[in-house]
Amino acid sequence: MKTYDAIVVGAGHNGLTNAAFLAKAGLDVVCVEKNDYIGGATVSRNLYKDWWYSNCSYVCSLLRPEIYRSLELHKHGLQVTPYGGSVQFMQNGDYYGGYHDDEVAYREMARFSRHDADAYKSYSADVMRQCRFIRDFLLSTPPDPTSFKPKDLMELARIGGKFMDMGEDRMHETIRFWTMSVADYLGEYFETDVIKTALSGSGIIGTALGIHSPGTAYVLLHHYMGEVDGNAGSWGFARGGTGAVAKAIAGAFQAAGGEIRTEAGVAQIIVKNGKTVGVALDNGDEIHADIVVSAMDVKRTFLTCMDKNDLPEKFHRRVENFKIRGSSGKVNIALDGLPTFPALPEGSSLYHSDMHFIDSMERMERAYDDWKDGTWSKDPYIDMLIPTLSDPTMAPPGKHFMSCFVQYCPHQIEGRAWTADEKEAFGKTVINQIANYSPDFKDLILHAEIRTPQDIEAEIGITEGNIFHGELTMDQLLFNRPIPGYAQYRGPVGGLYMCGSSTHPGGGIMAAPGANAAREILSDLKRPNTVPENFGDD
Amino acid sequence: MTTVRDPVHQGRLKTPFFPRVEQLDFLNEWHEWKGYSSPNALYCGDLEYFAIRNGTGVFDISPMTKYRITGPDAMEYLNRLVTRDMAKIKAGRVAYAVWCDDQGQVIDDGTIFHLREGEYRLCSQERHFAWLQAATIGFDVSIVHETERVAALAVQGPTSFSILNAMGIKGLDQLKPFGLMHVDFQGVEMMVSRTGFTADLGYELWIEPSKALDLWDALFKAGELYKIRAIGTHALELARIEAGYLAPYTEFLPADETVRTGRSRSPLELGLEWLVDFKKPNFNGRRALAEEKRRGSTWQLVKLDIAGNKPAHSSYIYAKEKGKKKEIGFITSAAWSPVCKQNIALGTVRAPHGKPGDELWVEVYYQREMHWNRTMAKAMVVDKPFWFPPRRGATPPGPY
Repeated sequence: MKTYDAIVVGAGHNGLTNAAFLAKAGLDVVCVEKNDYIGGATVSRNLYKDWWYSNCSYVCSLLRPEIYRSLELHKHGLQVTPYGGSVQFMQNGDYYGGYHDDEVAYREMARFSRHDADAYKSYSADVMRQCRFIRDFLLSTPPDPTSFKPKDLMELARIGGKFMDMGEDRMHETIRFWTMSVADYLGEYFETDVIKTALSGSGIIGTALGIHSPGTAYVLLHHYMGEVDGNAGSWGFARGGTGAVAKAIAGAFQAAGGEIRTEAGVAQIIVKNGKTVGVALDNGDEIHADIVVSAMDVKRTFLTCMDKNDLPEKFHRRVENFKIRGSSGKVNIALDGLPTFPALPEGSSLYHSDMHFIDSMERMERAYDDWKDGTWSKDPYIDMLIPTLSDPTMAPPGKHFMSCFVQYCPHQIEGRAWTADEKEAFGKTVINQIANYSPDFKDLILHAEIRTPQDIEAEIGITEGNIFHGELTMDQLLFNRPIPGYAQYRGPVGGLYMCGSSTHPGGGIMAAPGANAAREILSDLKRPNTVPENFGDD
Repeated sequence: MTTVRDPVHQGRLKTPFFPRVEQLDFLNEWHEWKGYSSPNALYCGDLEYFAIRNGTGVFDISPMTKYRITGPDAMEYLNRLVTRDMAKIKAGRVAYAVWCDDQGQVIDDGTIFHLREGEYRLCSQERHFAWLQAATIGFDVSIVHETERVAALAVQGPTSFSILNAMGIKGLDQLKPFGLMHVDFQGVEMMVSRTGFTADLGYELWIEPSKALDLWDALFKAGELYKIRAIGTHALELARIEAGYLAPYTEFLPADETVRTGRSRSPLELGLEWLVDFKKPNFNGRRALAEEKRRGSTWQLVKLDIAGNKPAHSSYIYAKEKGKKKEIGFITSAAWSPVCKQNIALGTVRAPHGKPGDELWVEVYYQREMHWNRTMAKAMVVDKPFWFPPRRGATPPGPY
């Protein structure tokens, strides 16, 4: 039976990225995937007639341009087009619009508060400063602060240098920023409830925390540090849905000679004499390689797919305690036509924007209260988009696909599995909230796919369906991610590596964990590095 | 549900003078200024420039950010806010001022009009309501954003006095530079200040928007015999560089909007030490500025008189150190001055370079018929404005 140089477990965007960079270095690589399709949560699915659903992830911004360019993803069919703006529908019939044009955005803010409109510039500069600080470390391996290896010391010095370079005042600000709640942070700039609400969403998306929970200011940053063509903070749609990203990376991988096996779920990572030797598949087949790279989250990797006896006891315990909590669900809808939102003027650019149906900080926090009580938010935070307004490939002409990301939605209901009725009720909650602002919406629904964290876990494999493969809190970031001492993509067993979003720099369609892990593997093998360097911007 | 509101205006706004400016526009070249349409040029940028230096150029400054500051503590508040001593600015006077953050870095510059006892108008390029409001702690003061409530025109050039005189404005002959007065215009109050951005004889007129068109008509009627012309930003920009005045986002960035370290500037670095009064009570940035004065500044703004006739746009600046030319900074504004027949520029260099009389070099790139050429031109640091004619300060002004 054939032996490979490396096996990558999981054909999500990070697994494929990792596999592609290894294959580019001349390694014989196979990427195994449990589903009969690739992409993991970076996927476009044909679930109803001619509609293609971005049924997990739905927008693209964080994908590192260095990786995009290096893997020549444009040659493999990827196109990312920016979209702009956001709208917050209000219970009093008004709305707060976020516009692409700076001056229009200013005027809209000034309609609520001149103070807030003027404060927005310094807010943006302050957040951008934090983004620049962190962005520089996305495509590098976190240094181990306890190590005396030259590489670690140099990287620590680089981080320290960049930090010192900010100047005393801004260093203080940075330390505060990394530990604050998004509500407190926004409160330092803005006075208007709906404006704060609009900006706070980015602080909790994908996170089992509320807007008043410490650490959520950083999550906001995680959503701001992306870009589309150098426009920092911009978000875009992958043409054809987010599955186009995984497809393109898979194309690059295969062009480099890589092999993808679908319907090949891994039952066990096989360890012999403290080293991994391959994987056993669900069907009993074994594949052998000296290197096994897991793109699965750490819990699934170590608690489900490995023998406890192969792992250090403390490591095992740490993995058990890793925070990876289901907090969001999705409702994906095929529409017979474009729903109207009477609060918006006809033809408003805001139809193309992120739509939200929650207008106060109190409602945001109460949505989280429901989650803590073990149920879905009865008045949820929905991040709704209609990508087919700009993408002609996802639905038949005149028809639309609507993606609703819903927060909060627990992995289990009061500690037990979801029932079919509850799942139905969760979907209704979402549809009703939108219908409050769009009277014709319900009549246009042709098909809806309702996904709780439990469904996402069952299908994609991510523990609790957590979109980031683990909370983005300080205790689980940088050299703490996923576990202190194991942040450099190497597992506790020889030949075993991690490249999923549980590792630095975390989740979102960034592909940085996959690329960073590839760099470490190639370095261990003393192979030339194929992973690109950070573009840098000074 | 309440009634559906109209969306905020989606395109460019029009100033109260727009209908008249539009009538005089032949080029259809506009840019955006704080959300408003503002002309680059109306018929010919070069000729519009000479209107400022030879006749009178009229420029619509309505989009400028304006705040009304009133209350018993208005003066103390402003004194705390800006670096210069506002106690010295009596009612009826105007002060150019800068304000800083706690690190002594300039947030913006602007003019403060002491309209009446205890009543001020602050004009700036940027919008600072959040900052101004935050600074009110402990002061009994009220701040109102009044950009849209005041229409304003800059009336600049040697014949500007004659024109306003012909319009029937009384007492103008006694108005000194940086003075202001209130006059009646067709039954409403108009404020006239002897201020401007051109270093020439000139005035600014401030009136309620409903009277804007009447004011324009009266002004242009009176100006008919005195070479009055509406002008755009190109002309004003050239006059601004000749005057050696700073432009925000060009010579400095508002400190609260800079992302990178070291991209903001202190007043000392901008050559505005004369605006910093360490003798007055505490003000924002005082401690940092005192420290900077002790240990020396990092940057120095320079006015340069450059050899040759090729404007040094975006050039690097060099100084000779140990026989070798070393890069020490860059040009921020450059122009060939038609009135001075000089190749002039503003730039920023590393201190202690940039003292008046220093001889520097600038690397000028210029294009001739597609091909690019490069030359190193000598540049002398000067300390006076390039253009500062006696008529600018003459009181009473002559009937030029």
